[in-house]
Amino acid sequence: MAVSQHKKPLTFNKLGVTFTRTTALSQQSFHFQRQSILDGGLENMDEKVTLKVENISLSFGGVKALDEVSLDVNGVEILAVIGPNGAGKTCLINSISGFYRPQTGSIYFNGHQVNKLSPHKIAEIGIARTFQNIELYTGLSTLDNLMAARHFHINYGTLAAAVYFGKSHREEIKHRKICEEIIDFLEMESLRKKTVGSLPYGQRKRVELGRALALEPKLLLLDEPMAGMNVEEKEDMARFIIDIFEEKKIPIILVEHDMGVVMDIADRITVLDFGIKIADGTPDDIKANPMVIKAYLGEEFTAASAA
Amino acid sequence: MQLPSGTINDSYEKDMAIIRTRWQWVMFIGFVVLIFVFPAFPFVSNYLLRIINNIVIAMILVLGLNILMGYAGQVSLGQGAFMAVGAYTVALLGHKLGVPFWLSLPAAGLSAGIVGVIFGAPSLRVKGVYLALATIAAQFIILWIVRHVHAFGGVSGVPNPPAAIGTFTINSQLSNYYLIIVVAIIMTFAAKNIARSKIGRAFVAIRDNDLAAEVMGISLFRYKLLAFFIGCFFAGIAGGLWANLIGHVQDEQFPLINSIWYTGMIMVGGQGYTLGAIIGTFLLLGVQEIVVLYGPSLSHIPGVGGSGYAGFSQFLMALIIVLFIIFEPRGLAHRWQIFKSSYRLHPFSY
Repeated sequence: MAVSQHKKPLTFNKLGVTFTRTTALSQQSFHFQRQSILDGGLENMDEKVTLKVENISLSFGGVKALDEVSLDVNGVEILAVIGPNGAGKTCLINSISGFYRPQTGSIYFNGHQVNKLSPHKIAEIGIARTFQNIELYTGLSTLDNLMAARHFHINYGTLAAAVYFGKSHREEIKHRKICEEIIDFLEMESLRKKTVGSLPYGQRKRVELGRALALEPKLLLLDEPMAGMNVEEKEDMARFIIDIFEEKKIPIILVEHDMGVVMDIADRITVLDFGIKIADGTPDDIKANPMVIKAYLGEEFTAASAA
Repeated sequence: MQLPSGTINDSYEKDMAIIRTRWQWVMFIGFVVLIFVFPAFPFVSNYLLRIINNIVIAMILVLGLNILMGYAGQVSLGQGAFMAVGAYTVALLGHKLGVPFWLSLPAAGLSAGIVGVIFGAPSLRVKGVYLALATIAAQFIILWIVRHVHAFGGVSGVPNPPAAIGTFTINSQLSNYYLIIVVAIIMTFAAKNIARSKIGRAFVAIRDNDLAAEVMGISLFRYKLLAFFIGCFFAGIAGGLWANLIGHVQDEQFPLINSIWYTGMIMVGGQGYTLGAIIGTFLLLGVQEIVVLYGPSLSHIPGVGGSGYAGFSQFLMALIIVLFIIFEPRGLAHRWQIFKSSYRLHPFSY
């Protein structure tokens, strides 16, 4: 099984509170997801490379945002992408989700060549993302934001929508249940009917995570999910990310600046600097890598974490 | 949304339903009955019926425009022309081919929808003001074609044979009233349902954040064009009803200024509220009719010329729109929502 990669139960204790990877929340039922994993056959997922990014280059005019970057997501793991500002982390996420088209190189996901598909097709093959600057549908309620993300799972046509009886009504209820489970999972019950535009920043981040989950992704891209959050919100978000990983058994690519969180929850870390991949390895390797220390972490961080 | 006290959601069906309490059912059914017995009231004249017929036809068009503009966020200033497409479809099919109205009315919706998709194609590349300009093109191109191409009747227009059920022809204001009301109820029902379905959510997603919508699996190409199709379908149906009501279709009946007022009706009523489309149409066109009725007395005001009432309805409608944009940009329907929820919460603040 994928999770058995971890030698010790990973502990997240950066913020004074200790969470282990099996929290009480993870006992919550997610039958629809669990079922699909059992059907899909997890046996060979460890060997299988789910996402393969091959030598992609992306430039805007004279600026090279990404230069021959390659990256693999091996089975089910949390891969963190770190690097200084402007290193190309978000460009990488944008290239995978179809926002940008890299000029050279290719991206494969579960046998599909991602960089030839339009963004909505990429969503349909199971890549969901959150955005660094929240990009929600501000006029819709939390629930409708989630329901909108289930768009291509909901199966009825325009005429059935106009009648809203029988099949379309049944479909709405069926998918409403799934969205409600996500709302429970992310503890958003009180936000259910609130217009997203009226929610504070931290809660919007959570709704955005919920929207990505509602897509039933097979790969989750999180672009700075903890940016601008206070300690408590970061705690919650870290717990949710771990829970999602545990419950849904999906690989996660995480872009984050909070090194404490990254080192604690990532299985593997890729470091970018000025569009070039400078390192790739386990958190312990990265902490000791002199190039990474020079480009990003700095002497202080390594000294502090060694102490 | 606050529910009336004592109303409890114990299933998703109940939470999703629009009509929740027994009182709401009573009022809804009462309202529908009232609509149907309305012409029997003694004060209802043929003149009043004519006004109401005109307003309800415009309401059907505005319901469609609300889906296009209020939900999907795509501005269209060509709705009058798409109404013309519907009207000409019904008139030409009836006059030249003898197609019965029951077939030509849906055909009017379809043809207007297809023409709408063609003129809506620029929405795939441009937004806002630029899209508004691109849709004005529809107004000029379509009206030029029907005016100058002989196959479409030319300057003198096309006479429309009245719709008939068996031997009963729908050519009076009263019989048209029932025809229009029945179609309007169906279209209102459809508009409300589309708005709360996955289609409506996809439209709002495109309106609020089109880039995120695409990444979340909503095809912008498909749904922007679908929004134009649905919006123009409603306009085509309105045009078809208009053709039957007026009996003779001409290009002058669908000027650009109408298309602009339609967008004004949505602003006054509230973008993205089905109720708003209805209120906005009745308010603005009601004001217009009142001015037509009482406008001549304006000439008694010293300093106003004898022809002061000419254009005065436009003056008032424009003033109302401007005041709404300044003081209640989200429209009357939004105000009504606020009133409803605070009424239900009273005396608590939340």
